[in-house]
Amino acid sequence: MDANNFSMRPQPMIDPATVRGWGVDANPENDPTYPCRDRSKEDHSGSWVRPVQQQTDVEILQSIEHKQRPAVVGTSTPPSGLSGALRRAAFRKSESNLLHWMGLLGADRINMVEGVLQDFRRARVPNVPAEMGARAEWQYNKTGLVMKTVAVVGVIAIVAALRRQRRIRA
Amino acid sequence: MRAMDFRGPYRVRLENKPLPRIQHPRDAIVRVTRSCICGSDLHLYHGLVPDTRVGMTFGHEFTGVVEELGPEVQNLKVGDRVIVPFNIACGQCHFCKQGLFANCHESNAQATAVGGIFGYSHTAGGFDGGQAEYARVPYADVGPTVIPEWMDLDDAVLLTDVVPTGYQAAEMASIQRGDTVVIFGAGPIGIMAARCAWLFGAGRVIVFDHLEYRLDFVRRYGPAEVYNFKDMDVVVFMKKTTDGLGADVAIDAVGCEASGSAWQTLLGRKLKLQSGSAIALHWAINSVKKGGVVSVVGVYGPTGNLVPIGNVVNKGLTLRANQASVKRLLPRLIEHVQAGNIEPKQLITHRIPLEDVADAYHIFSSKLNGCIKPVLMPAGA
Repeated sequence: MDANNFSMRPQPMIDPATVRGWGVDANPENDPTYPCRDRSKEDHSGSWVRPVQQQTDVEILQSIEHKQRPAVVGTSTPPSGLSGALRRAAFRKSESNLLHWMGLLGADRINMVEGVLQDFRRARVPNVPAEMGARAEWQYNKTGLVMKTVAVVGVIAIVAALRRQRRIRA
Repeated sequence: MRAMDFRGPYRVRLENKPLPRIQHPRDAIVRVTRSCICGSDLHLYHGLVPDTRVGMTFGHEFTGVVEELGPEVQNLKVGDRVIVPFNIACGQCHFCKQGLFANCHESNAQATAVGGIFGYSHTAGGFDGGQAEYARVPYADVGPTVIPEWMDLDDAVLLTDVVPTGYQAAEMASIQRGDTVVIFGAGPIGIMAARCAWLFGAGRVIVFDHLEYRLDFVRRYGPAEVYNFKDMDVVVFMKKTTDGLGADVAIDAVGCEASGSAWQTLLGRKLKLQSGSAIALHWAINSVKKGGVVSVVGVYGPTGNLVPIGNVVNKGLTLRANQASVKRLLPRLIEHVQAGNIEPKQLITHRIPLEDVADAYHIFSSKLNGCIKPVLMPAGA
């Protein structure tokens, strides 16, 4: 515990009257459901005048909890490859089922590898340090960057040494 | 066009992508003029949100200039400068009719629990976001709001999420005059919640975090009493400073990446066996008084978290939570900015070219160089 830490110094109570705009939105009628729901327009039908349905030529996965497809859909990055297959399987489960979400998280990790392979297929080597913001790390946290680099090189060296030792024994 | 491109956890880069096109009669295409990185973008960046696909463009806090309109959009014209709320909302479904624009039922095919959000994974609809030179804006006749002539773009871009979310956190807390409000998290949302708590008549505003530079900022900006949770038992402190009762209101402005508990960090952030670390929510529940209100705007994943729900029952708490319904709040918030009650742009610490998006994410994620709020600037913006 740092006694010089400013947040540990005794802090005087702030006089609300000195705060600009104090109380201008105070509302004693703010009960636990006001104002997040405007109940005057509430109905229980589950039907409304629907917007025009967006037409799309990409695969859209859909929650099985939906009664119908929402009128607009995002068309970014349709499912593909092994991750896509796993996503399709995940969408057979409801949002209430842990397998749905774990399947999607697993697909995300596979998708990351697919992304690297896709780069290689396009004859592109991803500049991973740049993608991870190494330049900013160098600019603002040189010590941290050096420590991380040393740690990574150290781990690689240890793994290499262990493998070499195993090979010699064999 | 140039756009941010997600490659996997902790990896993003700038890519050339096709220009977005009108896909629905109520779409607009906007040329992006400002685009923030949000703390919740970091949940995507860190791989915590399911169905975050490689190749997606993030960004749900952006302003732009209308470049093209679908035939059904009558309330905007080409050339309008617009605030684009982060919610994608139809304005006519069961939920939008009640002002719950964050819960639209016509904008997210992949999940029913949340409406569509720009650039926020397929769990929030699979829409590309605004960390790009151009963006497709569905339901452009509902969400986008023309920026008043007098308003600075830097103020406007923070009205897309930060200000409404901080304001709604205070609003949902049902703050009454003289209430003691404790806020967990001194990121942009916690800072704004502290500022807005006063507008609702708070008598005391207390903020916890572990980053001294952020505590220092909110101490002056809120203003607020600020404390570093590393220096104390948060719950005991809150009881002591409120004559043994606890705060009237607690606000969780952190969400799933909270520090402060090795156990929660291991289970949630490292092993991903729960939806991140819920220690801020844990503290909020335990430090509010019996019969108090806990307001949650921190973002959590869709699976589940370890929280002391028994204490919620035993203390008779009211739990309130939602994504901000930006459109509902914008008219009042614009008035507050004009009156000088809220000065959003003071939160911006970094203006970074879109070209350097990878560095921007790393600076924000690693809290380098005193970063509170980074804004990405597309070329020519």
